Amino acid sequence: MMTPTVNGKEVTVGPPLWLLAEVTYACPLHCVFCYNPVDYTQHGPELSTQEWIKVLRDARAAGSVQCGFSGGEPLVRDDLEELVAEAHKLGFYTNLLTSGIGFTAERAKALKEAGLDHVQLSFQDSTRELNDFLSHTKTFALKQKAAELIQSNGWPMVLNCVIHRLNIDYIDKIIELAVDLGAEYLELANSQYYSWAQLNRDGLMPSREQLQRAERVTNEYREKLGDKLKIFFVVPDYYETRPKKCMNGWGNIFLTITPDGSALPCHTAKMIKHLDFPNVKDMTVKDIWYESESFNHYRGDAWMKEPCSTCPEKEKDLGGCRCQALMLTGDAANADPVCDKSEHHQVVLDAVAFAQVPDVKRVEVKPLVFRDPINSRKLSTISE
Amino acid sequence: MTNDEAVLDSTPALASMFRLQWEEVQQSWVLLYPEGMVKLNGSAGEIIKRLDGKKTVTALIAELEKDFEATGLQNDVLAFLEIANKQGWVKT
Repeated sequence: MMTPTVNGKEVTVGPPLWLLAEVTYACPLHCVFCYNPVDYTQHGPELSTQEWIKVLRDARAAGSVQCGFSGGEPLVRDDLEELVAEAHKLGFYTNLLTSGIGFTAERAKALKEAGLDHVQLSFQDSTRELNDFLSHTKTFALKQKAAELIQSNGWPMVLNCVIHRLNIDYIDKIIELAVDLGAEYLELANSQYYSWAQLNRDGLMPSREQLQRAERVTNEYREKLGDKLKIFFVVPDYYETRPKKCMNGWGNIFLTITPDGSALPCHTAKMIKHLDFPNVKDMTVKDIWYESESFNHYRGDAWMKEPCSTCPEKEKDLGGCRCQALMLTGDAANADPVCDKSEHHQVVLDAVAFAQVPDVKRVEVKPLVFRDPINSRKLSTISE
Repeated sequence: MTNDEAVLDSTPALASMFRLQWEEVQQSWVLLYPEGMVKLNGSAGEIIKRLDGKKTVTALIAELEKDFEATGLQNDVLAFLEIANKQGWVKT
């Protein structure tokens, strides 16, 4: 515990328990709900193996204990085994977050030997693959292979599937697929509207009716499956009236290092352009966490504006998500407009209202924007 | 045999999903599992670190009472093991 002074007030800050190492933005997939920044092609070169090893050592010394290797697709990096081995040696609990593409028997064995503790396999159910996915063809074969490798190496089996307007009606099939694959945990996480998912929000947000049906079906399966499969269902926060306590608080437990070494309090925070996020090439993780202006900026509650600053619930949700406040109100210090006390709450209500319009009745239909380098470059030019 | 007697004869072990570890920065024992962590208080850590799947709970209690020069720990240990079982941390 340390107590840096933030906006004239002392704030108690615990260690960065969760380190998310986004080792690359490269990815063979083009998911329309990807949370990687839309301008990911404009970011600096990836950290080298040695630079990542320094990050791991630094973060461990600062008290990080969970390490997630993510991306992009982390298996794209051929030094992943080396990084996992280092993390394991340092005493991290190591998690690999992967689509399973590139997860061969050889690499699984090498990762096991390196000390990898856990693999979270995600369904890359982008709409291009929806039919294929639902018909259990190519995608199913790939997931099945990855799932077998997870089981034969003795890793706990956790599946993650991003849920959205286009696949939510097939939730029963998704759950059955998880059962077929021998999963112990299934996360059905509704898409959150950041980055690519924000661009595609109108196409991705389910209607209330879809959502209620999906929850009902999920509960029926919970009843039926009992302890065999634990299912977590995350509703989109737009349907709530109080915001989520995003990342459990800004700079509270969560530290993301992006492929080029930027240190962020969450994986989308770089959109907050007025903050100058430090880079691990210039500062130690400990100094970044406790001393840097950007990590201290939204700690405590001195930064809050009305209605948050006098709200009796401010400790509970800390005003919600800074990125969502920025995207939807233009100011990251505003209340997250998911909150019905926010003067900007109407933007959320409007988006929810639009989600109730059936696809066939939509006058203007924006095509989905796939996450790929060409779209990224195009969209980066526009924003510059 | 009562439930307590059955527990006293059992030989619990840490469930395979969990790893027990001393965290220097937090000055505490923690249980680690996929993408999560449970911070244990001192006595919970002392109990869990002694579980090996071979030792009976009776022997565990005797060991704790000896190491901490204490008596009458049985109820506390049984109460904690019940929680640990429910949470899935421990398998008997």
